[in-house]
Order: sequence, then structure tokens, then C-alpha cells
Amino acid sequence: MTAVTTGRIHSWDLSTGVDGPGTRFVLFVSGCPLRCLYCANPDTWHMRDGRETTVDEVMAEIEKYRAFITTAGGGVTITGGEPLLQPAFTGEVLRRCKEAGLHTALDTSGFLGARATDELLAATDLVLLDIKAFDVGTYRKLTGGRLAPTLNFATRLDRLGVPMWIRHVLVPGWTDDPSAIDALAGFVAGLEAVERVDVLPFHKLGAAKYGALEIPFPLKDTPTPEPELVERVRDQFRGQGLKVY
Amino acid sequence: MTATVTVGDRATEAWRGFAGTRWRELIDVRDFIQANYTPYEGDASFLTGATARTRAVWERVGALFPEERARGILDVDTATPSTITSHEPGWIDRDRELVVGLQTDAPLKRAIMPNGGLRMVENSLKAYGYEADPFVTKVFGTYRKTHNDGVFDAYTPTMRTARKVGIITGLPDAYGRGRIIGDYRRVALYGTDRLIEAKRAEKALLDGRPSSEHVIRDREELAEQVKALGELTRMAATYGCDVSRPAVTAHEAVQWLYLGYLAAVKEQNGAAMSLGRTSTFLDVYLRRDLDAGTIDESRAQELIDDFVIKLRIVRFLRTPEYDALFSGDPTWVTESIGGVGDDGRTLVTRTSFRFLQTLYNLGPAPEPNLTVLWSPRLPAGFKEFCAQVSIDTSAVQYESDELIRPRNGDDAAIACCVSAMAVGKEMQFFGARVNLAKALLYAVNGGRDEMTGDQVTPGTPALTGEYLDFEELSAAYDRVLDWLARTYVNTLNVIHYMHDKYAYERLEMALHDHPVHRFMACGVAGLSVAADSLSAVRYARVKVIRDATGLAVDFVTEGEFPAYGNNDDRADSLAVGLVESFMAKVRRHPTYRDAEHTQSVLTITSNVVYGKHTGNTPDGRRAGQPFAPGANPMNGRDRHGVAASALSVAKLPYEQARDGISLTTTITPEGLGHAPQERAGHLVGILDAYMSSGGFHMNVNVLNREVLEDAMEHPEKYPELTIRVSGYAVNFVRLTREQQLDVISRTFHGTL
Repeated sequence: MTAVTTGRIHSWDLSTGVDGPGTRFVLFVSGCPLRCLYCANPDTWHMRDGRETTVDEVMAEIEKYRAFITTAGGGVTITGGEPLLQPAFTGEVLRRCKEAGLHTALDTSGFLGARATDELLAATDLVLLDIKAFDVGTYRKLTGGRLAPTLNFATRLDRLGVPMWIRHVLVPGWTDDPSAIDALAGFVAGLEAVERVDVLPFHKLGAAKYGALEIPFPLKDTPTPEPELVERVRDQFRGQGLKVY
Repeated sequence: MTATVTVGDRATEAWRGFAGTRWRELIDVRDFIQANYTPYEGDASFLTGATARTRAVWERVGALFPEERARGILDVDTATPSTITSHEPGWIDRDRELVVGLQTDAPLKRAIMPNGGLRMVENSLKAYGYEADPFVTKVFGTYRKTHNDGVFDAYTPTMRTARKVGIITGLPDAYGRGRIIGDYRRVALYGTDRLIEAKRAEKALLDGRPSSEHVIRDREELAEQVKALGELTRMAATYGCDVSRPAVTAHEAVQWLYLGYLAAVKEQNGAAMSLGRTSTFLDVYLRRDLDAGTIDESRAQELIDDFVIKLRIVRFLRTPEYDALFSGDPTWVTESIGGVGDDGRTLVTRTSFRFLQTLYNLGPAPEPNLTVLWSPRLPAGFKEFCAQVSIDTSAVQYESDELIRPRNGDDAAIACCVSAMAVGKEMQFFGARVNLAKALLYAVNGGRDEMTGDQVTPGTPALTGEYLDFEELSAAYDRVLDWLARTYVNTLNVIHYMHDKYAYERLEMALHDHPVHRFMACGVAGLSVAADSLSAVRYARVKVIRDATGLAVDFVTEGEFPAYGNNDDRADSLAVGLVESFMAKVRRHPTYRDAEHTQSVLTITSNVVYGKHTGNTPDGRRAGQPFAPGANPMNGRDRHGVAASALSVAKLPYEQARDGISLTTTITPEGLGHAPQERAGHLVGILDAYMSSGGFHMNVNVLNREVLEDAMEHPEKYPELTIRVSGYAVNFVRLTREQQLDVISRTFHGTL
């Protein structure tokens, strides 16, 4: 008998076209080592706030949607929080989904990429890899963490041939520096396993959560990006021959 | 049964190049379609935009809309009760119109139809500042009894009370019942001479039967049908059209079909005057002329555009209260598009696309109520186009072809919002709905009304515990529903007896086979409120607050309970149980003319009014708050996104609700994906998945809350803003403020 794998989860939801292809069952796990200034889900920062759940319970919930999400061209995405903070649980859910014939996606900052075993990645059809900044100093100020692990993880995924969608949240004054974008685009263009790049305009829809948690929202005065800026950044990625949304 | 008729010479030219035989011998439009239509598997790239002519006609009539909106109605002929032939011909723009014919002698000028009820006419006229015509009042007040008079002669005191307190509500006892679809295509394919011949043959088959009440009624009705077809011929002649013969060209086919429909809306102001399933039929004619080179694509689109302009300006005279109940000024000119045939070929043709294209060429609008019969097996190009039109206009609804076809055949159409019927072979007696949430409160209160305190049902003991007990409540609820089903079916029997007697749909029924299959279309409202209330009692603790007379007037719910709409069987099974149980109860009571019992889970927009008349409920809903529309989960309680919400609704068994189960979904554009170019594909996936899971109907709105809020403040900026409400679409700016707030308070499935 092996021990029952449990994890701490925040919630689950169904979403369309924002967490990987099609309509997907999205599992939000609790706990994240980073503290991104623009984080839209501050309620998922602490593992202790999550609900202890077994993999079986998660799979029972997913099973209710299997036909729907399969027909709708979707699958299951594990996000958070940071799924790789609970690699055993995340790996087990991915493996079980894969066994059930579902398309699997892992939404991660890559900061804990080293914790993802090759087995975990073998059960992952797609990694949504969030590269939050390409300048080491900016990355640290923005997230509180180091950039190198993410880039190492990207290189490893590329070597293993795990398909990636690179995501970059565009925050005016933080992540829009043209030369940093060019450098990031150049790096991404060198990764053959990258299928597309999503440039996600910074939004403040999570601001209310900060209010509810009684913690300050650091970017409350930062504007959302103008459409022109978004297009400029997308064009910079396109300039490297990347498919960009 | 249809009778054999010989093929006249005049048919030879009209039917040149058409294949098939059965439809030549019998009145059988489906057989004609199957033998002659050409499925279209391609995309929307062939479509053309509005021509200058189309724009000119549409602008001419559009110029009248602001005044109509401001005054409620533009004009009305108070003195001429409408019949098929009562009014002189009228035009929008005589030189430019391709498809002609108006309900009266001028566009948007309304007619009176007192057969349904004189009071309705008088109140409507008064509300808009017109005097009732004394002669009309005298005739219909003295010499000619109306449907409304007949119904109230035969109502029992219980029926009157049930109606007054609103536990049975929306009944068609003072206005036309509608929801009958004439097979208007028959006029184009056969011409009225041939149809009259066939009707006479049907009548002759009754000659040898004993003159029982049923047979006498059938003979009289068939005689009236023949007269109505004759009147249609005469009315068409005033527009220079000889519909006694079959249509020869595509232009004539559109025109003949429309004149058939026009005759129906001149004769009846039924609550829903649906068109049927005409696009693939018309495609046969359009294709023949396109192949012959007598028209080009632009002309083909113009004919459909012009037809749709006419359908958009169908108007009835109704009271402001009626409009408040049903939002705006709806006519439910429902056109069913797409679907798959019994042989597996798609019924999508280029003209299916052309109908949807009118939403671009003429701009979004609620009418005609464009309804796609969806199947995962539809061609990819069509699915993608439908989804894109939904995203751009929010003016399309979807119903499951996979559920309809096995039951109503592959030539079925939707009447009103969600009522499926085989065109020309099935009709229904529209029965509005009962209020399941109020009935639950009656169970708590022993049949006393929670708003008035009056005893409505025969006295049963009220529940007396401090907390509601699930078993006790369920047993009491079951008894109330027994009473309700009995009262309801008997009330409907009275209504439809009288409607047949005093406001018979002569022309619409002339375009049906005899004998026709009838449905008794019952319905329920407040399903999610009732289910969540039961869930609260079962999974949390519900304390009863009673007033001095012992009437339960409020509830305090302690603890959490699962809500319907989250794909959670604990709550969803309660909703399923209610649907099954009420259908079973309804089936126990014999119906007028042996109509087959059905029910819908549909509220139209009356969910607001029903909520207003229902007290506090154990689910936490406050007195007066709107219900969720149709089979929707309560606003804001479906917390896991559109798929979870849809899957809960998909659990409701269609077999026990064959008059339709309505789900209205509002998704923000972002809720369909970050990338705009991927959204249509995602919506296709959702529709495929929902229908594959057993879902029946989905209204799709793709909207941001901010847009609706802005439209409330600045209606002048949004004259065309169309949203799907519950089985139909409305101009958002024409909703009452309460209804607008209700729409805005609904769940928007978005993304963070």
C-alpha cells in the first residue's frame, strides 16, 4: 500500500480559451513561492489556506466533466498558486488525467521547475510557462524570485520536447521595456517546443481580493496597458517568427 | 393524412427541374425538400452584403422606429377588426420592395383583433391614447362573443383564484394563444387552388362518419380552412400576386411563402407567430434560379434580406402590461435553421447562411427569432459562422437537433422559444406555466398564499415545526402539486375549448394536415428557486419565521447547501425530481381533444413578474426578487463557469419536458478566450459539448456588463443592442428598468 496522495487546493473552475486550448477543468492549487506584484490570485499564496484533498476526490470531480471538456476540445489545467510547490500531488493528478485520455496542461512560473520529475512532464501535454520578465533585476523586484530557474526549465522542456505556450503579462513600466522584450523574444524563438506566445495585458480584476484579504495591492495605481502598447509587444514577438496572441 | 390530388398543367412550369414523386401526389413539403435540396458544407465566404436597394428600404422603415419607440405604437386602425382581407394593400417603398405585403395599409400601423378578447383591445387602445371604435365595441360586446368571454363563462372559482394569485400564470385566456406554425411553404410549392382541393378531399373523408360532436367540429373547421385559403388568394391578388398557382421563380417562392405567413398575422395575434423552417425549402428555388443565371448571389441575398425586413415589422396591438411581462414587443417569428436529415445529410444550405447574414446586412435585431437546430454533426463551416454571428450580435439561439429529430422528425421547427413540432403535422395548445416556487410556499403554509394570507388550495395542515423537515415538506409539496396539476390541466382545457370555438386559427390550420397531432403544452417556472429551497431544507437548517396568523413569511437558513447549477447531483437531482414528478402529475388529467401532455421549463421574461408575486423562499431569495429565467440556475449561484452550469441544466430530462428546457447564458467576450480569433471555435466546442451531454437549448449572449450598464444610461447610443433573454431576443433598450437590472444581475461567465 502506498500512502494516499493529498494536496492542498484553493478551488476548481471551468474556463474557456484562457488556460490552454478549449474549455478546461482548471484546478487551482494553494501555495506559491513568488509574490508577483500584479498577482490576480493573492488568495492562493498560502498552502495553509488550501483545502486538503485527495487525488481521488479531484479525479471524481474531473470525471463529471470528462465528456464535456473532451468534446469541447479542452482538457485539464493545473494552476494555482504554483502547482510545482506540490509536485507529488500535481504529478499524480496529471498522470491520472493522462490515463483517462484527457489533454493535460501545467500552468507554472517555472521557478520550481527542478521539482518536476521527467515522469510528471511525460504526463503533461502542454506547459503554460509564465516568463514574467527577462531582466534579472526586474524579475526579482517583480516576483521576489530568481529568473534563472525558469529559463533552465524552459530549456529542459525544449530538450524533452514538451510543448510550451509562453505567457508574458504586460505591465506598463515593469515588463514593457522594448529591449527586454526583444531579448525575451529572442530566447523564446530559440525554443523549438514553443507553440505560441500569449501576451496578456495586465488587469486589476483581482484588486477586490486584496481588499478582502486586507493586504495592499501594490500595483493599484499602475495603468492597464493601452492597446497600442499591447500590439507593439506582440509585434516584437512576431518579429521573431513566433505565433502570438 | 393528406389526400391525392392531380397535378395540374400550371404545376409543370413551376416544378421544372424538380425531382421526386411523392410530393407531387400528396401535400408533402418534407418529401420535396429531401428530393431537391443541396447540402452546403462550405464556409461563409460566398455571402454578400446589403445592396443600396436593401439599405434604402430598411432605412425607410427604420426612420419610423424612433417615433414608434417613443409613443409605444406608431399608429392603429381602431375601426377595422383584422381579417385576412380587411385592409387595403400597403407598402414601405413600392418601387424598391421585392417582397410585398403589410398587415394593414401602412408599415407599423397596427390592427385590432377582438376575437381573442374585446377588453384587451380596449385597454390597449386606451393605454396608447386612442378611443375604442363604438361600432366595434357594440359588435363584440353585443353580437359576437369572444374567446375571453367564453373562458370566463366556464372558469370555476378555483381556476379564477389560481389565476389571480399567480400560481398559474400567463394563461392565454385574454389574447391569442399562438405557438401554431402554419406550413407556409405549401403556398409556394402548391398554390392555394391545390391546397383547397386537398382540404376538400380531407373533409370529404368525413362525409361517411356519424355526426358526433367531434366530427361536426372537424367538418366546420375544415370548411373554415377552405374559406381562409380563398381569402389568402384574394388578399394576395390585391398585391398583384396570383397565389392560386404554385410559385415559378425564387422571387415568387419567397413572396408566396410570405403572403401565407402574412395572412396568418392578419388573422391572429397569437403570443408567438412563428415562421417554421423555411430556409432550406427556399434554397431549392434560389439555387434553381442561380443555376439558370436568372439571379446572382447578391439578388438571392436581397430576397432574403427583404423577406426578413417584413418579418421584423410584424406588429400586434397589446397592452403595456403584456409588454412588461414579455419584454418589448415580441412576436416570436421563429425561423429554425440547420439540423440534420434522417438520412444523415446536413439540412444546412447556402440559404441557412443567408438568413443569418441578415443580422449583418440589416444589423442585429430580435426578430425574426433565428434558431439554429444544432448538432455536433453540422458542417464545420456553418458551426463556425453561427458562433461568430452569436459573438457579434447575441441574436441567435441553439436547440438540439439530436433531441428533436428522433421525436418530431427532420422537418420540425420551433414555435415561440423552445417548442418543437413537425411542421404542418403537429400543433400545440399553449399553456403558459405554473409557479413551482409559490407552490412550495403553499406546502409550508397549508395552501394559504404567502402574500395575501388567503386560502387557495383546499385546506391542508400547515407545517408547524420551528425548522422545516425535508420529509414533511416533500410530502406536503407533493399534495400541493397534485392539486396544482389538476387545476392547471382543467384550466387549459377550458381555454383551448374556447379558443377553438371563438378564435380558431383558420389559415394556420389550413396549412396543417388533417387530422393534426396536438400537444397540451404545460410549463413550470421557478424551478431553480424550488430546487435550491429543497436543497437548503435538506442540507442546511431552515428556520421558519411566522407572522401573528401563523403564516410563514420568512426563513433563516443556517449552514451551507449545494445549489443547482454547479453540476452537483445533490442539488441537481432535486430539480430533476421536480420536473419528473410534475410531468407525471400533469399526465394524470385528460386533455381537451386528447392532446398529448408536455411541459416546458421556460419563463420567457416573466421570471421578473413571477418573482414579484412570490414571497421569501427558503433558498434565501427575498420576496419580490426575480426568479432565474427558464431552467437557469439562480443568478450568481452557479459559481463554476458555463460548463458546470450547462451540465446541471442538461440533466433535466427532455423526455419529461418535451415542450423545451431553456438555458440563457451570458459570456463575456474574454470568457470565450483571450484571443478573439479563437472565440468562435471555442463557442462551437461549448455548444457541441452541451448538446452531446443532453442539453436542449442555449441562448448565447456574448456581452460585457459594462456595455449593458452604459446602455441603461444612454439608450440612444444602443438602438440595436440585442440580447437573448429566455427563448427569444429583445432590444435591450426596450426592456423595463426592472428587467434590465435583472439581466445585469445575472451570472456573466467571464474570466479572471
